[in-house]
Amino acid sequence: MMFIRSFLFFFGVLATVLLGWAALVGVPDFMVSEIQPPEGLQRYTEEQRYGRSVYIREGCMYCHSQQVRPEGFGVDQERFWGRPSVPADYVFDKPHLLGTMRTGPDLMNIGVRQSSEDWHLAHLYNPRIVVPGSIMPPFPWLFEEKLSAGPNDKVITLPDSLAPKGKVVVAGRDANALTVYLLSLDRSYPVAQGKPDTTEKK
Amino acid sequence: MAKKKTKKPADPHGEFRGQRTEADQERRIVIDDAARTPTVLYLGSGIFWLLVGSLFGIVASLKFNLPDWLGSSAALTFGRIRPAHLNTVMYGWASLAGAGMIVWLTARLCRIQLQLAWVHYLAVILWNLGVLAGTVAILAGYNQGMEWLEFPRFAGAMIAVGFLLFAASIIQTFRKRNVDHLYVSLWYILASMIWFPFLYVVANLGIYQGVIQAAMNWWYGHNALATWFTPIGLAGAYYFIPKVIGRPIYSYYLGLLGFWAFALFYNWNGIHHLVGGPLPTWLVTVSIVASVMMVVPVMAVAVNHHLTTVNHFRMLKFSPTLRFVVIGSMCYTAVSVQGSLESIRSFQEVAHFTHYTIGHAHLGVYAFLSMILFGAIYYIMPRLARWEWPYPGLIKAHFWMSTAGIGIYVIALTIGGWFQGVQLNDPAIPFMDVVEYTKIYLWARSIGGALMVVSHFIFAFQFVMIIKHAGPRRFAPALFRESAPMQREEREP
Repeated sequence: MMFIRSFLFFFGVLATVLLGWAALVGVPDFMVSEIQPPEGLQRYTEEQRYGRSVYIREGCMYCHSQQVRPEGFGVDQERFWGRPSVPADYVFDKPHLLGTMRTGPDLMNIGVRQSSEDWHLAHLYNPRIVVPGSIMPPFPWLFEEKLSAGPNDKVITLPDSLAPKGKVVVAGRDANALTVYLLSLDRSYPVAQGKPDTTEKK
Repeated sequence: MAKKKTKKPADPHGEFRGQRTEADQERRIVIDDAARTPTVLYLGSGIFWLLVGSLFGIVASLKFNLPDWLGSSAALTFGRIRPAHLNTVMYGWASLAGAGMIVWLTARLCRIQLQLAWVHYLAVILWNLGVLAGTVAILAGYNQGMEWLEFPRFAGAMIAVGFLLFAASIIQTFRKRNVDHLYVSLWYILASMIWFPFLYVVANLGIYQGVIQAAMNWWYGHNALATWFTPIGLAGAYYFIPKVIGRPIYSYYLGLLGFWAFALFYNWNGIHHLVGGPLPTWLVTVSIVASVMMVVPVMAVAVNHHLTTVNHFRMLKFSPTLRFVVIGSMCYTAVSVQGSLESIRSFQEVAHFTHYTIGHAHLGVYAFLSMILFGAIYYIMPRLARWEWPYPGLIKAHFWMSTAGIGIYVIALTIGGWFQGVQLNDPAIPFMDVVEYTKIYLWARSIGGALMVVSHFIFAFQFVMIIKHAGPRRFAPALFRESAPMQREEREP
């Protein structure tokens, strides 16, 4: 009797966790597996991919989401953060970077909203140069200090209080790649819209 | 489980049947002795990670207030120290301290010496090395990119093997048990021995991509609570409340209902983290329904715990264990009801993406789980060390500072986060105005956090003292007030 009870207990416990996995991951995976990338969505280039890895390394996703909410749910459209996101927008994303916080604004379409490379570089070096009152961290280790800029270097224009004496600050490889990645964030191409539920097979 | 049909209450040690014999007491000493070293190793390393993790936490919080502070240190940037905080407090503090409590509790509830005790030495080493390697990796920039799964795979593998070894000993102890009645706490413990390894291994395989990976991420993130952290807390509350009060749990059958409803619904909750996200609507809806259904097990547990406590509130004045555990169980009710509400779409429209959620998370992991672990450690250690807590005043300081700290923290983020969400949903308010608005609440969060950090150092100090048998020698249990009516002259094992 005790054996049967133990067996039922362990079987029941195993069944609950397997059911949960099947419902929340297994079945959706099967349903979404046929999604094709939209025509306007490009694969990441080598440099964009590297920039994306810098984004992950520095933990940008802890304060910035990459998902635009549907109309009537929040005001993402009114804030000009882009059209509602659909599963097809993420087919090339691994790991996903949907995010859960908006300490800073959504970045799903930051490349459209702010297309200035100089702005992004200055903002990464110290956000308060371009956005007074920002609480975003500075990322000076993505940059290099040099005595004089080389021909291909992108020099960051700094206010006197932040400029190192007798040196110039130029974007390093990581800052450039991260900026390239941010500028590539453009999901304004058309997709089959409607409800966020776009997983039905055609 | 309870075979003999009676109204016999769930009863950890047969004490309510008047069997407090000397043989029983001697058996308890033997059982405690066998569990001593593994338990102390788990608890001690858990407390070490509590200190490390809460220092990460306070630094991360201060970075919201002073964004340029330590601004040139890559390893200490917010985006690295925040996941370091989460992973050290979850996989270090809560997991290891929880494992220590489980080792001791399982041996006691099965009335047998811990089986396969040697595997715990290996498990403690692997587990700690895994957390250490993972944390160093995050600070060095090797982040896997998903919340709750930031540790690189080799660190995850070490933790998984450590957990499996630990679970093997727990299950073997259960198989050799000397009781035919399985107490409620054991159900939760045994279930988590099956649930968590499956969950952790599947989540770390990394076989998904795109939005399904997001679904997997939050299936894991929420289920880590469902299959491991909440069972630790509930097992502790179910044991210590009746134990300290000296009365059986209110209802065995409610316990049964609560457990199976918990097992059934909690597993389906995870996708409520993605309400409004780019996922199939039905998937989100399923999770919302399951989240609301969580009211059933939560109320069953709440009735059981609170009605056991209700006529004995006077004892909260005396017993440190009871006070920590009862506060923890009250916060379990609060955080769970809040969680069910939070999953609803119209609520998420405001609260999602804001500091409100951070307040909710800390109400759960700190005010519920950590409080119960503190209470458990205050109960377990004198029995294992055969030495009383030397400074009751420091227990009081720990209690008040951590309670005030988490209180300030949760209230500030709940209010600040809610209005942050309201303002974010008003397109007339510029984004930077919303950031300005939250700043005062983020300061309050740092103040609350600082109180908690200090209380942890006080706690850790006293933990070291009791292990070393240092400080003034006391012959009666350390209580908040002397001459408690329910306490006997001398410490029982």
